[in-house]
Amino acid sequence: MSEICTADEAMARVHDGDMIAAHNWGISGSPGYLFRALVERGVKDLTLCIPNLIPLPEGFVERGLTDPTILIPQLKKIISPFFGARGIMSRFSEAFFDTLAKEGRLEIEASAHGSLMERLHAGAMGLGGVYSPVGVDTIVEEGKEKRTIDGVDYIFERPLRPDVGLVKADKADTLGNLVYRGSARGANPVIAMASKYTIVEVFDVVEPGVLEPEMIVTPGVFVDCVVRIPDEDVYSEKRRPELMQLLAEVMLARGVQSEAADIEGGEE
Amino acid sequence: MKDRLTEELLAMRAAQEIRPGDYCNLGIGLPQLCASHVPAGAIVQSENGALGYGPLVGPDDVEKMDLDFIDAGGSFFTPAPGMAFFDMSTSFTMIRSGRLMSFLGGLQVSEKGDLAIHSLSDTDEFPQIGGSMDLAWGAKRLVILMTHNTSDGKSKVVKELTLPVSARKCVDLIITDLAVIEVTSGGLALMECTPGWTSEEIQEQTEAPLKVADDVKEMEF
Repeated sequence: MSEICTADEAMARVHDGDMIAAHNWGISGSPGYLFRALVERGVKDLTLCIPNLIPLPEGFVERGLTDPTILIPQLKKIISPFFGARGIMSRFSEAFFDTLAKEGRLEIEASAHGSLMERLHAGAMGLGGVYSPVGVDTIVEEGKEKRTIDGVDYIFERPLRPDVGLVKADKADTLGNLVYRGSARGANPVIAMASKYTIVEVFDVVEPGVLEPEMIVTPGVFVDCVVRIPDEDVYSEKRRPELMQLLAEVMLARGVQSEAADIEGGEE
Repeated sequence: MKDRLTEELLAMRAAQEIRPGDYCNLGIGLPQLCASHVPAGAIVQSENGALGYGPLVGPDDVEKMDLDFIDAGGSFFTPAPGMAFFDMSTSFTMIRSGRLMSFLGGLQVSEKGDLAIHSLSDTDEFPQIGGSMDLAWGAKRLVILMTHNTSDGKSKVVKELTLPVSARKCVDLIITDLAVIEVTSGGLALMECTPGWTSEEIQEQTEAPLKVADDVKEMEF
């Protein structure tokens, strides 16, 4: 049974040394409201498991918006395929990450996007890990068991079972059933299933029966705690047009279409 | 100095590889430019979890932008009939299942079809892998779009990679601002030359040996 609670109440479940999982691919689908609450909670030595760490462009933070890099001072380890977007204005530059890592204050584990998802999936299903062909003969295979199965080379990827999952969904009902919108779904359903304690931020909470059963992506059994973003908050549904306008202004000022122009680089 | 292809022409040539009915992932950078040249009936996939969406929204078309309709590069797309959304596990299942063509950028391709795509920071601490390794390994057909040479004139089509490997023996076709090159079991075959360039001149710009195809021709757009 899911609880309906405030972000502060939910964060009481996060402790020093926990592994946290969250989605990030820009603003959409990333639990920024919960990131802010986690900073306020002030826990430390966290491990963050996240598909991307994309800093927000200038002008967003001033309006109370957050991105996962805000958690860096509280982290001891990051498991992620992608850090920052090169060349994008950010509070935390790549040099900042490099310094932290060099000083041994921050451990970095690179994992391909698909492998990260299946490590979480394995954790969710109670499996002991997966053999993946992705990353064979690359930096990703370092220190991992290698095995040939039916003529194909694989590397062993350990499962991930985060202590706390921070999830963003569009709507929840009071039983914790979740629906998502558009590409905001991302890694959220996988994180909800993999985490021992799943906290969800939503635009709205409705009564059971309002969400079409066939449309529910994450059944409430995977959800422990639902936080409704207050209407006055910059992350609320009510203030989304404001957010869109801000994003458009930033994009126009930069003269590019993209919020994260060089994910999967390729082009120097 | 002879003219090389513009990015737009390179993208137009590359998009000819996509046929109606193909499912295709367009990577970040040059491949993204192919989006406006994809033939009707081909279906584009984005690894953050979208399939079959409509054209991208221009930067000044704010009223058409929807915060929850973004592709992997963070560009806003328009809805289209029949599009589908799914989680990232499903998305990478699609990618590794061998059902998608994949267009990626590249830093180096070797004559064996090895690919280097993710650059490293100065300290080598932060590989920007993203989904590139999954896409390179899983593609039904992998097409690399890149400039033929680095900004200081070095060949990106090489005998052996000198940059970190993203995936071995994965590239099928290389399209650069100078040439279309097929990766075959017998090495690299020069299939098409950029207008104004001879195969000898292209070889001079290329570290790896190129076999000139019998029916080598000038690129058409």
